[in-house]
Amino acid sequence: MSVQPASLSPSAIALNRFGLGARPDDVASGDPRRQLVDQFSRFDVRPAGFAALDDAGTVVQHYRTAQQADRRTARQDGATDAKADRTAGRQDFRQDVHALYRAAVQARADSALATQAPFVERMVHFWSNHFCVSVDNAQVTAFAGAFERDAIRPYVLGSFSDMALAAERHPAMLIYLNQVQSIGPDSPAAARNPDRKRGLNENLAREIMELHTLGVRSGYSQADVTEFARALTGWTVDGLGTGGAGLGNADVSAFRPARHEPGARTILGKRYPQDGVAQARMALIDFTYMPATATHIATKLARHFAGDKPPPALVARLADSFTKSRGDLPAVYQTLIRSPEPWVATPIKFKTPWEWTISSLRGLGHKQVGDMQIAALQTQLGQTVWKPGEPAGWDDVATSWSGSDALLRRVEIAQRLAAPLGTGVDARLLAPKLLPGMLSEATADQIARSESPAGALALMLVSPDFLRR
Amino acid sequence: MIARRQFLSAAALGAGALFVAPGLALATVPTDRRFVFIIQRGAADGLDILRPTGDPAFSSLRTSLVGDGDAGTRLDGMFTLHPSLVEVGKMYGQGQALFVHAVASPYRDRSHFDGQNVLETGGLQPYAMRDGWLNRLVALMPRLSGEAIAIAATVPTALRGSIEVASFAPSALPHAADDLMTRVGALYDADPQLHPAWAAALETKGLANDVGAGQDPASLGRLTASFLTKPNGPRIAMLETLGWDTHSAQKGRLANQLKGLDAMLAAMRDGLGLQWANTTVLIATEFGRTVAVNGTGGTDHGTGSVATLVGGAVRGGRVIADWPGLAPSMLYQARDLRPTSALDALIAGVAAEGLALDPERVGRSLFSQATGGRPMAGFIRT
Repeated sequence: MSVQPASLSPSAIALNRFGLGARPDDVASGDPRRQLVDQFSRFDVRPAGFAALDDAGTVVQHYRTAQQADRRTARQDGATDAKADRTAGRQDFRQDVHALYRAAVQARADSALATQAPFVERMVHFWSNHFCVSVDNAQVTAFAGAFERDAIRPYVLGSFSDMALAAERHPAMLIYLNQVQSIGPDSPAAARNPDRKRGLNENLAREIMELHTLGVRSGYSQADVTEFARALTGWTVDGLGTGGAGLGNADVSAFRPARHEPGARTILGKRYPQDGVAQARMALIDFTYMPATATHIATKLARHFAGDKPPPALVARLADSFTKSRGDLPAVYQTLIRSPEPWVATPIKFKTPWEWTISSLRGLGHKQVGDMQIAALQTQLGQTVWKPGEPAGWDDVATSWSGSDALLRRVEIAQRLAAPLGTGVDARLLAPKLLPGMLSEATADQIARSESPAGALALMLVSPDFLRR
Repeated sequence: MIARRQFLSAAALGAGALFVAPGLALATVPTDRRFVFIIQRGAADGLDILRPTGDPAFSSLRTSLVGDGDAGTRLDGMFTLHPSLVEVGKMYGQGQALFVHAVASPYRDRSHFDGQNVLETGGLQPYAMRDGWLNRLVALMPRLSGEAIAIAATVPTALRGSIEVASFAPSALPHAADDLMTRVGALYDADPQLHPAWAAALETKGLANDVGAGQDPASLGRLTASFLTKPNGPRIAMLETLGWDTHSAQKGRLANQLKGLDAMLAAMRDGLGLQWANTTVLIATEFGRTVAVNGTGGTDHGTGSVATLVGGAVRGGRVIADWPGLAPSMLYQARDLRPTSALDALIAGVAAEGLALDPERVGRSLFSQATGGRPMAGFIRT
């Protein structure tokens, strides 16, 4: 059996590589590059599903208040009943948190299905993975949806510096990378409790430098990391502490001067005076403007749009655009759209499970997820939403997603997605619409010979043509 | 509908005779030895897993983590095993567990991802080599399909390379219809990227039919054992464990992590039955953690850590350590356990002896960039 070399039209590339996958009602007309840029004005920053989410901080705070009350009761009664109450309280909290998480995942998928700006929506997913949190514990799970809504979406068409500041200051990030526990060893807060030794945690400082801005091996040292960690002390979340500190609003970040390590800091050769919250803020902003950051971001963007091995010329062009525009993201996107490398006429990226699920649902004509459980679906596909398990986020290369077991999962899920449509949709007509210029003869042939219409749809979704963009 | 097992065999044969006929398979299985690599992603704290309680500096540095509860198994005058590792402690008592302490890969910075890349590729620098040492090890074995398997949805870096290996993770989804499976196979046949992965998927699915699906550590241990005991199944397996990055609340978190690891190893031992005697399991991490406890009851990224060997083939009941000491002047960069053993020399020696291959040849193939450092020896019963 021979395989025809696929030749994607620019419209197909705009829909499937830049966008989130073609829909049956997508009509290819006009200049695809122009259409991508036009999407910037159609992006919905705060879609209804996201806007309706409960405040994570309130959920977390209720739990903590209840916990403290329980502890008081337990001290007064010394009773065993109190322990049972506490356990029940923890279970309620976990259920609340998981309901909130599932609702947030539904909101994310709904937004990806309904959007008038699929390219910008894709960039939300890209940046959310760049500045990722991982829902490894209940508190981060509670905040994950709010993180994407409040720290990523409003800045996706803004400046990189603003997004970095919003992401690093968000409660989800401060909790995930242990910043809320970091205390200046010589700060008043540490001096207050000399018996209970608390101090620095350099996790957030290191990951900001290594993963979010400069990139690994870009010239900073362990001493720079530690200095930056000292500068970051005091950055925390309001309303999560004990005593008076517990009274604030847990949905906002806070600066507590009493935890801040006194003194000026020297990071990457530059001196930052003791300015409280501004000390780490200034350092972070400086990082975002450094050439290493421009190259780091440019490399990730190039890999996402032009293939697992990012073309050096594209990386250089994007880095240049990033530097010249001071990290103005629409300017960088325009450079990307105008570059030739992302318009290669053969499929160059293997879809991640998230990309595959969203493009499948769009391709089958869904405009909302309804009662499909997207969170559970993504877990079965090996990419639990907002849970990469490590601060580097999900990998963006084919080898991470094309494993033998992962393929089998997609076939099983494709069958499940296609089944409810029964005989309602004809894959023989749909496939060439969704894959203009890239549907191979072999795929068309196997679809036509499938034993059932639903089987044909499932086959379309897992065809080599549809697995790639 | 034909039976699933038959269908899969037929499909696989059609795709290039990937199934070896059962009678023949028994005769041509190239080795009785089994080798398992368990990676601990996130930098596991060797000083807490195998505690140097005999070092005069240890107790003052680590009181808050060690506490004064259950003390764990005391191995010798110097080292005490973490109390969660009950089954591993028993293995040690039976001469089936061995530890190499103060060990590190050539990597000396503190990025998880770079460190794991060095550990998995066997290069001297991150991203200096493209394929993984475990894949190169498979390439040294006599050829047979299904020689290695990753117990994960995708293949980790250590197992990536020129030899196609299978991956498997338990799934609760209903099976796909035979017609769909056949047509998918026909389409992937012509695709250089998808064909080998699909062939491996079918073969693995066939092997895993009779294993209960569970994703807890003990189930994964049992699952691994079930693959390794199939007459024509894989002989090399890799498992990934996450969650070792204990920047805070290490005491409770590490206890849970190690409980899981202990259960996984015990289930593997029990599942392997008689084959346990031919098995070597290597457990290693990308680097260790700081000697001092940080301000949040945890430890930060460090350097030297511990590597563990268990298995009936292991000449165990020993701790191998050229102990550098924990006095401030002895620490690496004044904060970390100073490495005195090379993890690559350890891996080369263990892999070679565990699979009865020539250590020099294994060393050259797996760690071609390493300068000097002959494979370590004497790990396996002969």
